[in-house]
Amino acid sequence: MGRQAAAVTHAGEFGAADAASARREAVRDSVAVGIATGAYGVSFGALAVASGLDVWQACVLSLVMFSGGSQFALIGVLAGGGTAAWPAAIASSALLGARNGIYGIRTAPIVGRGWLKRIAAAWITIDESTAVALAQPTPATRRLGFWVTGLVVFTGWNLTTLAGALIGDALGDTSRYGLDAAAAAAFVGLLWPRLKRLQARAVAVAAAVVAALLTPVLMPGLPVLAAAAVAVLIGMTNWLGERHGEGSS
Amino acid sequence: MTLWQIVILASIACAALKLAGYLVPPAVLERPAAARTADLVTVALLAALVVVQTLGAGAAIVVDARVPAVLVAIVLFALRVPFIVVVIAAAAVAAGIRAFS
Repeated sequence: MGRQAAAVTHAGEFGAADAASARREAVRDSVAVGIATGAYGVSFGALAVASGLDVWQACVLSLVMFSGGSQFALIGVLAGGGTAAWPAAIASSALLGARNGIYGIRTAPIVGRGWLKRIAAAWITIDESTAVALAQPTPATRRLGFWVTGLVVFTGWNLTTLAGALIGDALGDTSRYGLDAAAAAAFVGLLWPRLKRLQARAVAVAAAVVAALLTPVLMPGLPVLAAAAVAVLIGMTNWLGERHGEGSS
Repeated sequence: MTLWQIVILASIACAALKLAGYLVPPAVLERPAAARTADLVTVALLAALVVVQTLGAGAAIVVDARVPAVLVAIVLFALRVPFIVVVIAAAAVAAGIRAFS
């Protein structure tokens, strides 16, 4: 999950009159994005099993963690370093999940009050639900877009994770089928829509170099965390950033 | 740590981070450095994971069938081919190279 955030482009040409058509449009956006992302839960399920998880562990990740980047990161580090790499595995999935917390700050006013509702909303706060919600023109359609996208992705992602895990389980030797390369390609896909700005590209290149240089030196998982430190450094100093027209993301 | 403990701990950490967003006052976002850094950390982690997943083999760097597969994936993403198709294509490239070598 991740790249659809950029794909939702039309913020809506909202006339005064037709609230019903705006709602239909919100639902259409939501379902389209939901189905597209749900579909690649298959690759997560299969790769999770290839990394040594069993079918149920893959399913628990999709049910509770429910954030594609974090889930891929966890199984990626575990595939390289095994359970001994647990601190780095948990840290990289949590660091990737931190952006969902930022999204929550933006979606909280859309969701409204009531703590049960907020817990449910937090659960499905991901790239897609946030992007579709924020792209809608009115408070009502923003709320609709958030919930429909979140629930469609949640349902699709969990069902396809189970299917993918069962397929991966049946395949056995997964590198013969190129599933390790598929994992790398999945990370490229999550990264791609985030490379629009010069600063982001510079961070990506620097992080890649740091990870490659440190892999033979540090234990598996740590090179990924060291690469994250590069981003903190560049983010705090805003090196290569846009000084004027301070955008939030 | 068992695999189950890692799965559960990491899941709780990610769920808690999501919930934290709903408890934090919106004023936090008025500090651009925080939002910018969060975005860039995501970019850095994903870029590092691409490298580790493409070249890593435990604590060694290995160039094998994954490299051409990822290059094909980059080209396909640049051509706006859908995610699932690219992932399958990358797997097929790696599997094909391994079958014929």
